[in-house]
Amino acid sequence: MNYKKAAEINENISWRDITPGCNIYEGGTSDTVATGEWRTMRPVLHEDKCKQCLLCVPVCPDLSIPMEKDGKRGGFNYFFCKGCGICAAVCPFGAIEMIPEEK
Amino acid sequence: MGIRERLSGNEAIAYAMKQINPDVMGAFPITPSTEIPQYFSTYVDNGEVDTEFIPVESEHSAMSTCIGAQAAGVRAISATSSCGLVYMTEMLYVAASDRLPITLAVSTRALSGPININNDHSDAMGVRDAGWIQLFAETNQEAYDNYLQAMRIGEAVSLPVMICQDGFITSHAIENIELAEDDKVRKFVGEYHPDNALLGRENPMSVGAFGMPCYYMECKRQQAQAMIDAKEVIRRVGEEFGAMTGRSYGLIEKYRMDDAEEAVVIMGSSAGTAKAAVDELRAEGKKAGLVKIRSFRPFPAEELVEALKNVKAFAAMDKDDSFNAHCGPMFAEIAAALYAAGETAPKGINYIYGLGGRDVRLESIRRVYAELEQIAATGKTGETYRYLDVRE
Repeated sequence: MNYKKAAEINENISWRDITPGCNIYEGGTSDTVATGEWRTMRPVLHEDKCKQCLLCVPVCPDLSIPMEKDGKRGGFNYFFCKGCGICAAVCPFGAIEMIPEEK
Repeated sequence: MGIRERLSGNEAIAYAMKQINPDVMGAFPITPSTEIPQYFSTYVDNGEVDTEFIPVESEHSAMSTCIGAQAAGVRAISATSSCGLVYMTEMLYVAASDRLPITLAVSTRALSGPININNDHSDAMGVRDAGWIQLFAETNQEAYDNYLQAMRIGEAVSLPVMICQDGFITSHAIENIELAEDDKVRKFVGEYHPDNALLGRENPMSVGAFGMPCYYMECKRQQAQAMIDAKEVIRRVGEEFGAMTGRSYGLIEKYRMDDAEEAVVIMGSSAGTAKAAVDELRAEGKKAGLVKIRSFRPFPAEELVEALKNVKAFAAMDKDDSFNAHCGPMFAEIAAALYAAGETAPKGINYIYGLGGRDVRLESIRRVYAELEQIAATGKTGETYRYLDVRE
């Protein structure tokens, strides 16, 4: 059968070789796609204003604000972050600023 | 030797489901298929099957349930009719394109409006391009037999299968039927163990990918190939079923076609009436024949060309209308098959018939053959888009 992993499916694949239904024969394939590229606005953390209240962490729809072992939030995971700005909206201290994404 | 019984078409389908003992049923009731999940839920309640019976709030959810279950790695079934099938339509496409061999029993019924609960093929024809294999039954026996073959066919090509029978006409009429023994059914149908499934810890997979323009068309071409490949599988499974029961099946059935000059092409229960008309006409010395389509998807183009190429005139009988100011779907596809094969000698006409439960009588079919005789004699088809038995 035609069991392929994400890395084996590319834009040159023929109809005979593509997987049925474009199914992908592995899990966690989001690791291979930089969906953060869709972002037009980028959240930037001003650490001097951040009180580590952690209100931003659970509201992120893409789990792009990681928790560190010391119980503090880490830097944004820009590989997944879509720049929706919810974190900035919930921050009571103005510690997250949304700036235009530039390439 | 099978077990002789008397069952309605819905009972026969529910009994086949019981014998197969599938893993999940997503169900929502609608006339005239309601009895299928109703009877089957009794088997579930009595512990005669191990099926997870999931009553849902709509047909859209019933099919979604089946998609989730089948993708998880088990056999999923449902049953529906009419607007229920229409309401499922969005998910029917997903089931087919995700290549999930779900089995759906359809007791065919007209669509609103005017509101009507009786039989025609508008519902099944409305989803004919959803990517499902569609088998149609003339009798309760065929509905039962087709159901027992469905999973073998669908799982071989990774496509879902619709087992259609005529609502009320066979779904509620009780007929003599020969059932296969449980052990024979289980051996014939076999068990379902997909190599990969969402719940397969050893071989994980992701289902329901986003197919961008650079992938979508390759994916659809491969899906189209599965439907092409299904033709041979339907033949092979039909022969194997014949070896078990003495009742063999192909894509079409030819009835007294050897030297036929006038032929009717028809699908579903009215084929029985039309066969009786053929017998009468043959007794009168007329060269009448009949072709019954069992598999509408995949469409048996080559088989129909072979069956029809030597007749003088044929009528394609559509139990629904495309409302295209031209013809019904069966006529369109038969005409396309003949033209593509370079067979332009047979004169063809199209009858829209039996809509919303309009009775189809021997006299109705005899009128069709009388028209065909005229066309065969004169070579003039006249209007090709006709309604049968409608008051002028």
